[in-house]
Amino acid sequence: MVTGQFLRKIGAISAAAMALAPAFVMAQEQVAEQTGHPVYGQYHLQRAVTPIMDSITSFHDGILLWTISLIVLFVLALLLWIMFRFNAKRNPVPAAFTHNTLVEVIWTVLPIVILIIIAIPSFGVLSDQLTTPDGQRKYLGSNIFSFGEVEVPAPELTIKATGQQWYWDYEYVDDGVSLTSIMLNEKDRAATKPGQPRLLAVDNELVVPVDTTVRLEVTADPTGVIHAFAVPSFGVKIDAVPGRLNETWFNVRETGVYYGQCSELCGKDHAFMPIAIRVVTKEEFATYMAAFKAGDYAAANATLVALQ
Amino acid sequence: MADIAHLEAHAAHDSAHDNHTPTGWRRWLYSTNHKDIGVMYLWFAVFTGIVGGLLSGVMRMELQEPGIQIFHGLAAMVYGMDPSAGEALDAGKHMYNVFTTAHALIMVFFVVMPATMGGFANYFAPLMIGAPDTAFPRINNIAFWLLPPAFILLLMSLFFEGTGPGALGFGGGWTVYPPLSTSGHPGPAMDFAILSLHVAGISSILGAINLITTIFNMRAPGMTLHKMPLFAWSVLVTAFLLLLALPVLAGAITMLLTDRNFGTSFFKPAEGGDPILFQHLFWFFGHPEVYIMILPGFGIISHIVSTFSRKPIFGYMAMAYAMVAIGFVGFVVWAHHMYTTGLSLDVQRYFVAATMVIAVPTGVKIFSWIATMWGGSITFKSPMLWAVGFIFLFTVGGVTGVVLANAGADRALHDTYYVVAHFHYVLSLGAVFSIFAAWYYWYPKMFGYMYNETLAAVHFWIMFVGVNLIFFPQHFLGLAGMPRRYIDYPDAFGFWNRISSVGYYITFVAMIVFFYATWEAFKRKRPAGNNPWGDGATTLEWTLSSPPPFHQFTTLPRIDSTKAH
Repeated sequence: MVTGQFLRKIGAISAAAMALAPAFVMAQEQVAEQTGHPVYGQYHLQRAVTPIMDSITSFHDGILLWTISLIVLFVLALLLWIMFRFNAKRNPVPAAFTHNTLVEVIWTVLPIVILIIIAIPSFGVLSDQLTTPDGQRKYLGSNIFSFGEVEVPAPELTIKATGQQWYWDYEYVDDGVSLTSIMLNEKDRAATKPGQPRLLAVDNELVVPVDTTVRLEVTADPTGVIHAFAVPSFGVKIDAVPGRLNETWFNVRETGVYYGQCSELCGKDHAFMPIAIRVVTKEEFATYMAAFKAGDYAAANATLVALQ
Repeated sequence: MADIAHLEAHAAHDSAHDNHTPTGWRRWLYSTNHKDIGVMYLWFAVFTGIVGGLLSGVMRMELQEPGIQIFHGLAAMVYGMDPSAGEALDAGKHMYNVFTTAHALIMVFFVVMPATMGGFANYFAPLMIGAPDTAFPRINNIAFWLLPPAFILLLMSLFFEGTGPGALGFGGGWTVYPPLSTSGHPGPAMDFAILSLHVAGISSILGAINLITTIFNMRAPGMTLHKMPLFAWSVLVTAFLLLLALPVLAGAITMLLTDRNFGTSFFKPAEGGDPILFQHLFWFFGHPEVYIMILPGFGIISHIVSTFSRKPIFGYMAMAYAMVAIGFVGFVVWAHHMYTTGLSLDVQRYFVAATMVIAVPTGVKIFSWIATMWGGSITFKSPMLWAVGFIFLFTVGGVTGVVLANAGADRALHDTYYVVAHFHYVLSLGAVFSIFAAWYYWYPKMFGYMYNETLAAVHFWIMFVGVNLIFFPQHFLGLAGMPRRYIDYPDAFGFWNRISSVGYYITFVAMIVFFYATWEAFKRKRPAGNNPWGDGATTLEWTLSSPPPFHQFTTLPRIDSTKAH
């Protein structure tokens, strides 16, 4: 079955390869729509649902990918031309020059200019990631050459994620409630959440409200090892280090379930401690949290539509 | 560089003085001869390369399909467990981590470094500078003979308890981050790995001291530093990197050792230590280390490109000082490996800027190689195929390095397969291609025989296709978010993993061709002559017989000091 899927994909890819690359990207983006996880054969960044991931996507797809592709193609073209034009048959007598000040200056200065052009949005994208919103500061979003045009509210919710060997503990710091999130084995996944992807589905998702800035504190069990908390669609990746409290933030604009995976080698089940975040409406979250705070986690979960 | 006709006389003179050649095992075990030691390093790297390459083969077989196919069975065989039992699965997951760790450590410390700085540098740096041998021949001997024990220690670590009973070997990655390498692996496997790195590190430091001293003091009359061949330059810079970086690693892993065994708490958070301190120390070594692996390749490629273009190296001074610049800046960019550890904004900004600077001298090198070929009369003999392949693949690996240098973009790519693709493009395809280029370039000089040119070209083309098929799709996996060091992955990543594994099998075929070509050359014994590459090959080793006499340059060659580049 997997092989059939594989062969069809080969066909699809080779057909698509003949089309223009941008069209290709759009075709795959339609497939990836409404998912918070990678799709089969994906070859680009996961779908962005936060201003931070918007800026990463713009920066990578809009500047970096083009720049490096053009450089590689330029070098390849030079090499091919050299093979064609300066092979011993076509050019029996070699030239003897060893210097050309002009081109040497050009190939030193031009890369510097290109790097500066890259650095300007790069520093903007980076600064956004490491600056927790205060409600005043504006964020870049997709338009990385702006001076910030996306408004992000100050954090209204603080969550502490603790990496364990090998699962995640989440604590709603303001509300004083916490939960443990463990990957579903295949039997349980088939029984409870067959629609969720293998190795990503968990028993208890972390639930957060949409359009709300969440302050995320990340650490690891003080007696444990380093993990890393990562959610590709959010543009979040931060190490969970024993004895340290790292901080990051996200503000998700679409409801749905978004998956990530532990991103720092942490032992035998490193591949089996996914991160699953369920983004719900603010009303749903209020109901959920009220039930949770009343002391009944099962009842809190029951307030949400069951995941398939 | 040197006046060939003038030197032929010396070479002939040298052959007549081929005296006191030890024979049998004494020639090798007691060797103080830089060429014999160089050849031993090369065969050592060939052997360890087979081990490291097979380890990655098992990993690619495992990753060919989603799910766990290989390692629980392998673990069941090793430990005598029931393969369907949960304990076999757990042991298999640990064993996968042990394989990734061993693959990396072997390839870095026991394949690439012995091949370039041990083998080619030892053999050819003295020849190129017109020296009779290295400055410290006995240090050279012990530097080589420390490596087999170091390798044996590493292999032994695979068979000692790692995380606990039924989990042998250290599975914490070549970066050996604590606490996974301290409290996470209480068994003696990690101690053996630390001792292995210590011994290998001593070997490298001794080798570096020897090469630095040789290059500074034993250049032939008239050979100023600025007339020295670029390979010797690359070896000089690399030796300095080794000398300055390896002691930091030695210190860091000694602190690990005492944290593990003697109650210190350098890296233990519960007792006031800091696991991040280790990462700073490790990468202060680790980043120069990646240049240690690639810089000798830069030197090799310069000579090959010039030889087969029958044209002098373009921009010799810029080429030499680009390597010095890369070596220098390589020491001040280490924390770009640590963007996700929680470094402050200002620190990340600095490391972004510093890292991007490296792209400039690297670009100078790439374009200077191209300019060396420009206007040349190029023959595409196999060394040149590998060299041109190197330039292209290193460019691909270099530009993805620029992407990763940006902390903002690294947020999405850190610890994913994009990083795996990046460093394999610069190392597995960059450094290894330069090693094969050097192998085919200097093989006739070292062994006196000519290999079959067609076989060498077939080796190149199969390997070029194979390695690209392995590693190019890994960029896609990384962009899509697949983390590194995973034994199993969500089904979505199945497509590109399958392609990547197919690439491994193709590369495996290429390696069979390599071994066959080597065997064939030794069997046929086609004499190579002093200089099989013609008038493009201008460095001193080509003035000697093939293989060179046991002791060369008993009368030192004189370099024409009026000749400019």
